[in-house]
Amino acid sequence: MDKKQADKKREFARFISKSEPGPGDGGRTGSWRVARPVIDLEKCIPAKKGRPACFKCWAFCPDGVVTKTVPPEIDYEYCKGCGICASECPVCAITMMAETDFAKKKAG
Amino acid sequence: MHIIDSGNTAAANGVKLARAEVIAAYPITPQTPLTEKLSEFVDGGEMDAQYIPVESEHSALAVCIAASSAGARAFTATSANGLLYMSEQVHWAAGARLPIVMCVVNRGIGAPWTVWNDHQDAISQRDSGWIQIYCCDHQQIIDTVIQAFKLAETVSIPVMVCYDGYILSHTYMPFEIPDKGRVDAFLPRISPEYRLDPENPVNLNTVTLPDIRLDIHGKTAPGYMEIRHNLHTDLRSSISVVEEIDAGFKKNFGRGGNPLIEPYRCDDAEFVAICLGSLSYQLRLAVDKLRNDGIPVGVAGIRLYRPFPDQAVREAFSSKKRLIVIEKALSYGNQGALCGDIRAALYAATGSRPDISNYIIGIGGREIQTNMLVDLLEKACTGTEKPGTEAEWIGLRM
Ligand code: SF4
Ligand code: SF4
Repeated sequence: MDKKQADKKREFARFISKSEPGPGDGGRTGSWRVARPVIDLEKCIPAKKGRPACFKCWAFCPDGVVTKTVPPEIDYEYCKGCGICASECPVCAITMMAETDFAKKKAG
Repeated sequence: MHIIDSGNTAAANGVKLARAEVIAAYPITPQTPLTEKLSEFVDGGEMDAQYIPVESEHSALAVCIAASSAGARAFTATSANGLLYMSEQVHWAAGARLPIVMCVVNRGIGAPWTVWNDHQDAISQRDSGWIQIYCCDHQQIIDTVIQAFKLAETVSIPVMVCYDGYILSHTYMPFEIPDKGRVDAFLPRISPEYRLDPENPVNLNTVTLPDIRLDIHGKTAPGYMEIRHNLHTDLRSSISVVEEIDAGFKKNFGRGGNPLIEPYRCDDAEFVAICLGSLSYQLRLAVDKLRNDGIPVGVAGIRLYRPFPDQAVREAFSSKKRLIVIEKALSYGNQGALCGDIRAALYAATGSRPDISNYIIGIGGREIQTNMLVDLLEKACTGTEKPGTEAEWIGLRM
């Protein structure tokens, strides 16, 4: 690419929809959730082993809201409740709990 | 090298010279011989490209979108209902700012089913955000295809190269295939604005909020409206890029010079016929005939239809007495689409404005005989009445 073309190029497509995957990229997606993923630490592989392992939930979460930590944690501010983590977890450690049930449970 | 061959072959040779890397297309009349030719080129090792056969036009453009997002030079072609079937992806490709080139071999759209030529297919997509260029002969087809890749990659906007089904796609005429080495020099690979890169994963064109927002690094990211406004302003800025690329092409290959509007005997004309596509060359015959009778008439083919060269339209036509806009498509329930654009452009003219009459012709392949054009122009040029506001249909038989 010659210099002139490079200069010309830069004047165009100043705004495109490009972003990095991460919490909040799609807005406050936590408000979309009707069911929340809850991790059972008795079953979760890294939690059980006490060292980094598996992390399929982290890898598959489309909103990047699961941490790659021991144990993995979910940011419910942005978790949209899609359930992908629950269906990807190899040991079924994640269950999708209806938000209404969660609210009732919280209220005692 | 000069050859005598079809418009579709001219287009295929343009794509080959442009070194398209990914071709995905679904055959549809009258585009089919173009994609067959390209698959022959790829199969015979004449082109180093991936030819991806797909099950529909929607998938054809989806493949091009993916390929272009990955940084490959991508090409597709279609006609009529095929273009309509890919319409969702047509808009997507523009919004995603992908430099895809597509030939639209113009054909009427169903219902009722037709395979013959008019311009309704491309006109129906004029507001999609693509650049639209119309060709008048085979030489323009091959030259425009080559320039279209340069244009698309310079402005990051996809380009439709439109040419008349059958009238150009299937007829044979002589044209020059430009020299390969000179095309390579004219059309170097421009690195795309962005490309998919596994080392640096990004989200492209995900749900984009109405308002601007902070991205995950706390930097302000544009909202949907900023991104769309940028597409529009870049389209407007593309008009001068079209002119620059044409000038560069002319310098290298000796052809071109009228990339926005192609005039014929317009300088001293009081009356000018305006149209899209090959019809403008047929109208030259009618113009010559009427000139012999002393009528000061010319014809201008609009080559760049989107972005609309409204400034050039004002400069070329605001001092004329009458414009005769003849179209093979219309905005149903209103008027010819081109006529509406010409009227809007001239409304902004300061000082005088010509009368404008609008004619619809050749819909669904209804034959356009040159003597019909002579009659039409003669009446429009010599009539004393002001033209009405309604488009008049020429050639109706019932
Ligand atoms: S996928 Fe399941 S087992 Fe693996 S880290 Fe996530 S919750 Fe634990
Ligand atoms: S449900 Fe699981 S995969 Fe879906 S957003 Fe929430 S954490 Fe991510």
